[in-house]
Amino acid sequence: MRAMGMDRLDGRNANQMRPLTCSRNLLHRAHGSARWSQGDTIVLAAVYGPKAGTRKGDDPEKASIEVIWKPKTGQIGKQEKEYEMILKRTLQSICLLTSHPNTTTSVIVQVVGDDGSLLPCAINASCAALVDAGIPLKHLAVAICCGLSETGSVILDPTKVEEQKMQAFMHLVFPNSPLAVLPEGSSSKHDEPFEHGIITSVTHGAMPERGYFNCLDRGRAASAAISEFLRRSLQKDGS
Amino acid sequence: MATSARGGGEGEAAAGGGGGGGAAAEMEVEAYRRLFPVAYFERHLRESVRLDARPLASPRDTSVALGLVGSADGSALVKFGDTTMVAAIKLEVMTPPAESSDEGSVAVEFYMPPICSPTVRPGRSAEVAPVISKQLSDVIMSSGMINLKDLCLINGKASWIAYLDIYCLNADGSLFDAALVSTVAAFTHLEIPLVSVSDDGRVVTVPGELEGKTKLPLVNKDKRKLMLNNVPFSLTCGLHKEHILVDPTAEEESIIETFVTVVLDTLGRVVSVYKPGGSVLAYTSILKECITLAKRRAQQLRNILNESVSAMEVDKSS
Repeated sequence: MRAMGMDRLDGRNANQMRPLTCSRNLLHRAHGSARWSQGDTIVLAAVYGPKAGTRKGDDPEKASIEVIWKPKTGQIGKQEKEYEMILKRTLQSICLLTSHPNTTTSVIVQVVGDDGSLLPCAINASCAALVDAGIPLKHLAVAICCGLSETGSVILDPTKVEEQKMQAFMHLVFPNSPLAVLPEGSSSKHDEPFEHGIITSVTHGAMPERGYFNCLDRGRAASAAISEFLRRSLQKDGS
Repeated sequence: MATSARGGGEGEAAAGGGGGGGAAAEMEVEAYRRLFPVAYFERHLRESVRLDARPLASPRDTSVALGLVGSADGSALVKFGDTTMVAAIKLEVMTPPAESSDEGSVAVEFYMPPICSPTVRPGRSAEVAPVISKQLSDVIMSSGMINLKDLCLINGKASWIAYLDIYCLNADGSLFDAALVSTVAAFTHLEIPLVSVSDDGRVVTVPGELEGKTKLPLVNKDKRKLMLNNVPFSLTCGLHKEHILVDPTAEEESIIETFVTVVLDTLGRVVSVYKPGGSVLAYTSILKECITLAKRRAQQLRNILNESVSAMEVDKSS
């Protein structure tokens, strides 16, 4: 494969992610918290709730999720607002919203370090923090960043420098692979397995259609590894 | 309310027959629509029709009018059904920053004033407005629609900053799509003012009527129009169970939870595939379907835009 030959600045190969770490229950006042790092990109997430009542305009028959994004320095701008909205919608889709109607769960995301793949790192951290807080979830979400170069090769988990050099990069979120045997027909009517469905896709930069689908394939393969890491990490802390 | 009356016929059957007919039946359908919006909506989908009597894959009537704002350098009004956007561009001369001395810049702002929707309260700005601003500037930049070098006047000394303001006058769904069309239309209409350098070295704009009279040399006499390459067009699809609904209205957006926005440019490249969460998972087959629908829509929007440009030229010449 061409992509394999391309050496990266930090010596990784194209398919290699930076080392992942996940630790939970770091904050005493929060109901759940987690710190997730991918190399120098580090995010701390705290979960408070469920608290009584929903915001005006939200459906009171469902639980509501509120996301507050704290950048490392400075004030929040449009970029952070966008991250908040994507994170909120992504978390809403994995939570069992009907189990705590008329409540609000706050997720506070503090960026500790940003070296590329920031949004996927925040999604992974928030997901682990939700588990730590014991919020009922349908399944976990695993997020990955893929970069697409001019030549069409795909790299995983790019750093900030790599993101700027790429023709395009995208943040993808997949559900984790289920262990339970789902009843016939419930998983999907499609030819693809459940964990191949995309929860969230956010792309930057123009790319050929084929490049996008290439990235999806590679992202899916990588998400299985992250999903395995997340599951192992949650089991270890839980026992 | 012609559209809702058409939809009402379908809903009547859903309500199990309103009984006597006439005003009473009409009331019951309306009540059913309010009380059980999801059931009402799904009853329509079973018949492959939507609340406003559209088929699933057809967008709303779209119109583009250029040059509505006289005080702006370029402007456009775009309607997708009831969704209305006004985009206006104002050009100002600025000193370019040292690291990009031969480039101009574009500042995008999307406004949702309280008149546009009952969900927007005065005093507090809508949550989605800054997100749409960000998405628009991302798409403008990554599609390469505007070559920022074309906005340069004098290298290192002066370049244009284009203030693009988009006002949503009526928010009836698919806001990003309408905002993007209005952006493209406003840039198509944009006419760059004449500028010259005065004796003391300042860059001054020359009003149109003085064009022949001024003694100062004109800097940009042959650069009055901005060349647009790779124009991006987008399509938002709502995913509800196994259905794909194109160009959803605000009522549909309140029921559907999952949306995919695909942006394609003239070269057929994918500029953005944007799916923020949602309960329906997008499999490859669904994404391919959305991209196909977006291609068709992009072609349609391109034709509508071309028509509006030629309509304006006819107006000018007559």
